[in-house]
Amino acid sequence: MEQNLLLTILILIPLIGSFLILFINKNQTNIIKYAGIGISTIAFIFSLILYFQFDPANPDFQFIDKFQWINGLHIHFHVGVDGMSLLLVLLTTFLTPLTLVSSWSSIQDKVKEFTFFFLMLEVGMLGVFISLDLFLFYIFWEAMLIPMYFIIGIWGGKERIYAAVKFFIYTMFGSLLMLVALIWLAVYAIGPIGYFTTDLTELYKVAPQIPMDIQIWMFLAFAFSFAIKVPLFPLHTWLPDAHTQAPTAGSVILAGVLLKMGTYGLLRFNIPLFPEASILAAPYISVLAVIGIIYGALVAMVQTDVKRLVAYSSVSHLGFVVLGIFAMTQESVQGAIIQMVNHGLSTGALFLLVGIIYERTHTREISDYGGIAKLVPVFSFALMFASLSSLGLPALNGFVGEFLILLGSFQSPILNSWWFTVFAASGVIFAAVYLLWMYQRVVFGEVTNQKLVGLKDMNGREIFVLAPIFILIVWIGIYPGTFLKVSDRSTAKVIKMIYSPEKINPVTLKINQPSK
Amino acid sequence: MITLILSNLSVNIQAIYPEIILSLTLVALVIFDLIFNKQKKFLPLISIIGLFFAFIFVIPEFGTSRSAFPTSENNSLLSIDSFSAFFKGLIIIASVFVVLFSMSSNEIKSCPDRQGEYYSLMFGMIIGMFFLVSANDLILIYLSIELLSLSSYVLAGFVKTSIRNSEASLKYIIYGSTSSGIMLFGISILYGITGSTNLFEINSVLGFSNVPQITFLISILMIFTGIGFKISIVPFHFWTPDIYEGAPLPITAFLSVASKAAGFAVLIRFIEITFAESLSKSGFWQLIPYVNWQNLLVLFSIITMTFGNFAALWQDNLKRLLAYSSIAHAGYLMLGVAVLSDQGLTAVLIYFSIYLFMNLGAFFIVMLIANKINSENIDDYRGLGYSIPFLSTSLAIFLVSLTGLPPTAGFIGKLYIFFALVDAKMIVVAIIALLNTVVALYYYIRVLKVMFLERTDKHVEIEISPLNFVIILALLAPTLIFGVYFTPLVNIAKNSIQLLGF
Repeated sequence: MEQNLLLTILILIPLIGSFLILFINKNQTNIIKYAGIGISTIAFIFSLILYFQFDPANPDFQFIDKFQWINGLHIHFHVGVDGMSLLLVLLTTFLTPLTLVSSWSSIQDKVKEFTFFFLMLEVGMLGVFISLDLFLFYIFWEAMLIPMYFIIGIWGGKERIYAAVKFFIYTMFGSLLMLVALIWLAVYAIGPIGYFTTDLTELYKVAPQIPMDIQIWMFLAFAFSFAIKVPLFPLHTWLPDAHTQAPTAGSVILAGVLLKMGTYGLLRFNIPLFPEASILAAPYISVLAVIGIIYGALVAMVQTDVKRLVAYSSVSHLGFVVLGIFAMTQESVQGAIIQMVNHGLSTGALFLLVGIIYERTHTREISDYGGIAKLVPVFSFALMFASLSSLGLPALNGFVGEFLILLGSFQSPILNSWWFTVFAASGVIFAAVYLLWMYQRVVFGEVTNQKLVGLKDMNGREIFVLAPIFILIVWIGIYPGTFLKVSDRSTAKVIKMIYSPEKINPVTLKINQPSK
Repeated sequence: MITLILSNLSVNIQAIYPEIILSLTLVALVIFDLIFNKQKKFLPLISIIGLFFAFIFVIPEFGTSRSAFPTSENNSLLSIDSFSAFFKGLIIIASVFVVLFSMSSNEIKSCPDRQGEYYSLMFGMIIGMFFLVSANDLILIYLSIELLSLSSYVLAGFVKTSIRNSEASLKYIIYGSTSSGIMLFGISILYGITGSTNLFEINSVLGFSNVPQITFLISILMIFTGIGFKISIVPFHFWTPDIYEGAPLPITAFLSVASKAAGFAVLIRFIEITFAESLSKSGFWQLIPYVNWQNLLVLFSIITMTFGNFAALWQDNLKRLLAYSSIAHAGYLMLGVAVLSDQGLTAVLIYFSIYLFMNLGAFFIVMLIANKINSENIDDYRGLGYSIPFLSTSLAIFLVSLTGLPPTAGFIGKLYIFFALVDAKMIVVAIIALLNTVVALYYYIRVLKVMFLERTDKHVEIEISPLNFVIILALLAPTLIFGVYFTPLVNIAKNSIQLLGF
């Protein structure tokens, strides 16, 4: 068994950290906050070590740690990253400390529980991205639900309980379908491999040979579960509620990382495991993705609540990612991956900004604002910057991802139609409309609401949180190569697996059944 | 027959050492209660010592496979095998916990002068269950069920001054005696058809001669009524919510775990021994094809879990909610039986061992909270997550585990049931079971929601005695550890599916 402890340590840092926090006296809120930020920063630094040691020329999984977990069933603790997951791991570890800093003043109540749940959430998210065993993946995928449920339900807005329950039930429903498909797949693998296993690298060789009539059902079960998480139209209805009601930190992580778990799942599991079914389903899913792009944008346009507007913009942006994944070309998949990171950064920044202003005014209604440019110039600039990044202005990050996705889907032999690209491109225009219109109504004009007078501008801590995000936004916009290079070989490998999946010869080994 | 038994009396007696120890403990409890009238606090101690010694004699039964009390050359009344030993172990663990629960239950403490009765009746139940899990003969099955039931009727109404208790007891007697009457009738019909009450003999008669099919089916359904009553399968479940709500909480917990375990053990033994023709290589049981057993059992289990889950949605009383949820869990367990394979049986055993801890845990915390606030209404739990964090968090973990979410043990139980279903190519059934889990999620998290998400100004303080603290930890530990590391549990279960005669 291969042993490289780096990833295991990475996941243990927040796990052990969260339990250490339980031992701090709950009245020492500052110490708890520092501890939470410190632990997540250590995790971030540790993930940077991974980044520098990562070999982008190698398309395979790296830093593999694998040992037998369940005797008899060939379920392993098996972790490893390739370029695609490494980027998402970095995004997770990068956003977690920033959101903890951002909630320094907005979370006053039950700080200890908040920090505990947040670190547990980080464990779940990291686990999802590094698991190479379906069983392990499923455990992390589900385990992350409970902290998120509490984060929305305890520290959220007025309708928080409804939103939390809805979020929980929706996700749970999808993931149970995945559980059945997962067991089905593993039981099926007994035939060719000779034993029950949930190891992804082994299933990669078996799953593509499954007959089409079964493969399509497994594909659908997995895809359904991931599509709820993404969320893909028409399964998105939990998202506006959850986003709007969650506390700022929750929204940032929800938009920044949790939604990516859905698209990551499609890319890591659905497509390589069930290539034939994926090719068959690609046009239909792409249609839903394009509907999501346009629908999300149109609904965002008529929102009166800023946070809801940003939430619907997520539906639109994630539609791009799904389109990129199911166009199945090198460019589009690369675009999808960089767009996942982009969306995490720009939407994260937008949620943070909404949170910053909400903390001061306690309103998110667009009509309550107007003319704040003169009152809070730094905030207004930051909001401009984040909006432009989100709508895909060239030289900022959003443009790179969307351009690659559109380019790739245009050339895609699987979609084989440029209508997808045409409609998706209109989403970019709509994005400009709703974001700029929102910006105009909030920032420009005369101050009509007297309560806004005396509004304080962003303080040092808030600038400190947003600055690194903005640096990355510009970096990706100007020189995306740094990041594209990381995932290049890995995506090429996934694309290769679609068209010529790995095959193994059926083993003559007979099934090892308990004898009576 | 008498000579057969007498010739090997010492061997046969050795086979029932655990039962003898339990009986002696029962007698010891009664005598101690009579003589040392004032020393009530020693009764639980005596009970636990008795259970401990019984456990010591159960351990060597693992891995053995022998019969005791022969009725003819090849057949006997009792099977002492790994399967029965596994269930005896479960029953002892559950009994120890219930004795400990009883020590801090206000309901039980409210009758200080009848403690002796309480513990000795409990031993009556335990002895009934012990014989039930290893019985091979319909008469012995019936007698053990009666011993178990009669003791539990009295215990359900233990607090005589409580109207709720007395009502529960009366309902329990009416339902219970009706169903055991029907069962006895079924046994007599089966005897009429096959000429024997021994399961092995019935099996060989069924294998070689034709029996009237309709009569046969009716008799089997009648016997199912009696067993179904014990494990609260729909449509024999009507007593469950009322009795669970009305009976003293330790007894409710005991009924929901131990009595159900014994019921499942006898159900499995009855099906496998009576109807098995042979075993296929892959571990699937080949049953004598008079009736499509699989469809019948699947139908029962789907109705049971769906009904239990949907009925639980509307409950406002936590005890009633747990009662309906236990009906739903009986449905899941029944699915494991319905697979009719070794894989399914392993799943049932795993599920049961986990269910024992999480269900007892949930009931225990409900009891501790009810001791203080005198209510089991979910609305009265508002905001408890902040005034009594330890109890609420533990309850939350037990409920999450009952839902079947990782990383708790409940997930592993569900996983193995799903695994057995998929292995038997019953994908549609697996999906129905899964949709049921979503329904279950809704009512379980409702409790979490009330405790943690809703706010209140009311402040409740509950002091937890060190003993209770240890009990909770002892229940929490398996609920969490088996969720992450379950190899030992699976190995024990795999080694315990061995029934005598296979």
